[in-house]
Amino acid sequence: MPAMFIRVDVDPAVQANAALCKQLVEVCPVDIFRPDGEGKVATVEENLDECTLCDLCIQAAPGQVQVIKLYAT
Amino acid sequence: MRFYEYEAKQLLERHRVPLPKRKLVTDADGAAAAAFDLGGPVVLKSQVLSGGRMKAGGVKFAEGAGQAKQAAAEILKLTINGLTPVGVLVEEQRTIAQEYFAAVTYDGRAKRPVIIFSDMGGIDIEEVAEFHPEHLSRTHFSALHPFSDHIAKQAVAAVGVTGNDLTRLTSIVAALVRIFFDYDMTLAEINPIGRLDDGTIVALDAHMDMEAEARRTHAALLQQLGVPESDNRQARPPTPFEIAAAKVDAADTRGVAGNLTEFDGNLGLIIGAGGGSLTLFDAVRAAGGRPANYCEIGGNPSVAKAAALTKLICQQPKVKKIAVMMNVVSNTRVDIVARGVIKGCIEAGFDPAEKIAIFRIPGSWEEDGFQILKKYGVDYVDRSVSMHEAARRAVAKMGKR
Ligand code: SF4
Repeated sequence: MPAMFIRVDVDPAVQANAALCKQLVEVCPVDIFRPDGEGKVATVEENLDECTLCDLCIQAAPGQVQVIKLYAT
Repeated sequence: MRFYEYEAKQLLERHRVPLPKRKLVTDADGAAAAAFDLGGPVVLKSQVLSGGRMKAGGVKFAEGAGQAKQAAAEILKLTINGLTPVGVLVEEQRTIAQEYFAAVTYDGRAKRPVIIFSDMGGIDIEEVAEFHPEHLSRTHFSALHPFSDHIAKQAVAAVGVTGNDLTRLTSIVAALVRIFFDYDMTLAEINPIGRLDDGTIVALDAHMDMEAEARRTHAALLQQLGVPESDNRQARPPTPFEIAAAKVDAADTRGVAGNLTEFDGNLGLIIGAGGGSLTLFDAVRAAGGRPANYCEIGGNPSVAKAAALTKLICQQPKVKKIAVMMNVVSNTRVDIVARGVIKGCIEAGFDPAEKIAIFRIPGSWEEDGFQILKKYGVDYVDRSVSMHEAARRAVAKMGKR
C-alpha cells in the first residue's frame, strides 16, 4: 500500500554529495532512506508512514529534504 | 500462568509444607502400580487446569490397585471444561478431621497483598465469605517490608484457631506467602488444608497462578518442573484470532500491539495505556457493550504494527465496529496510532469513518493525531471526554444488540 500520511522529497542536488546521502541513511530512526548502491540515496516507500517527524534528516540537509504531512493539506 | 496441582505441590514441598505421599501417572497401569506402592486406599485426581474436577468426575477414590487402574482409565478419558488431563495424581487417602483454607493474593482495592484464611476449607470460599463471614479472615500486609511469620499467625488466629493447629498452620501460611513472593504468584492457594485424625496437618489440594510476565525470571524453575516454553497455560487453548494477534505482536519489537483475548461480542477493541485496557474493557461492559476482544496497545508501536492489529480485528466477521481508546498517553504517540488504525481499516477494506466508532487517545502529538482523524472523517474526542463516556458513545453507535 502506498504511503498515506507522509511524503519525503529529496532535492536532486543531494545525490551529488555521497557523504550527505550516507548521513541521511544514518540519521533516520525508521529507515526511510536507503543507499542505492551507487553512492546515492533512495526513499523506502513502505517505511514512509513510520516517519516520526524527528527532523533529523532536515537538520542533516537543510533546505534539501522536505518532510510533508499529507494529512495537513 | 497456572500450575497443575502436581506442580503446585512440588513448590509446596520445596518450602517444607507437609503433603500426602503421591505419584503422578499418565496411564492406568501406572496408577495401579502407584496405588500398590502407596499401599491402602488412594484418591486419584485428574490433572487439568480447571476447577470443578470433583463435580465433573475427575476425582475418584480407590481401595487398591485394581480399582485405581479402573478409576485412572476413566479419568484419563474425561475432558473437563474442554480440557484433557495431562495425567492423574495418585495420592494416599487420609481421614480428615478438619479442613482449612489459605490463600495469598493481591487485593486490588487495598493495593496490598492479602492472606485469606478460613477454618471452613474444602468448600467454595465465596460461599464462606457470604454465609459465614466470621469463619474467614483477611489480613493485609506489606509487599515492601520483610514478611514476619507473626502476620501469618494473626491471619490464622483471627478465626479462632489455637494450640497445635495454630502453630502448624502458621508455618504453612508463612510458607505460602514466601512462595507467593519468591515465584511472582498472583495466587497461591491451598484448599483444603487437612488436619488428619492423628493431628498432623497436610496440604490436600493447591492452586497456583504465576504472573505470565515472570516466566523469563523463573525459567530455571519452569525447566525443573518440566514446563516447556510453548506451554502457555491458559484456561483454554488460544483461538486462531488470538494466535494471529500474538504473531502481529511478535513480528515487530517496537511497542506492544497484542495480548489479545477473544470474546463473543461485536465491538472490536484497540485499547491500552497503563491499566487503561482493563478500565476501558470494563467501561464498555458497563455501558452494555459486548467486546469482541480484549487487547493491549502501548509503548509506541510502529504504524505497521498498529495497522496489522487493526486489520486483524476488523477482519473478524463478528466485528461490526471498533473502538480505539486509551488513557492519556505520554510515551505512545497519538498520531502514530491514528495512522496505524486508519491504515489497518483501509487495508481490511473498510471506511475508517464508518468502522471506527470512536477514537479517544489524548496525549503526546494529539494535534497531529486529530488532524489525521479529521481528514478521514473519524469521530474522535479529546481528554475532556472521560474513558467511560467514550465507551458509552462507542456502544451507543452499535445500535440494537
Ligand atoms: S523526519 Fe525523522 S523519521 Fe522522518 S524521514 Fe526525517 S529522519 Fe526519518
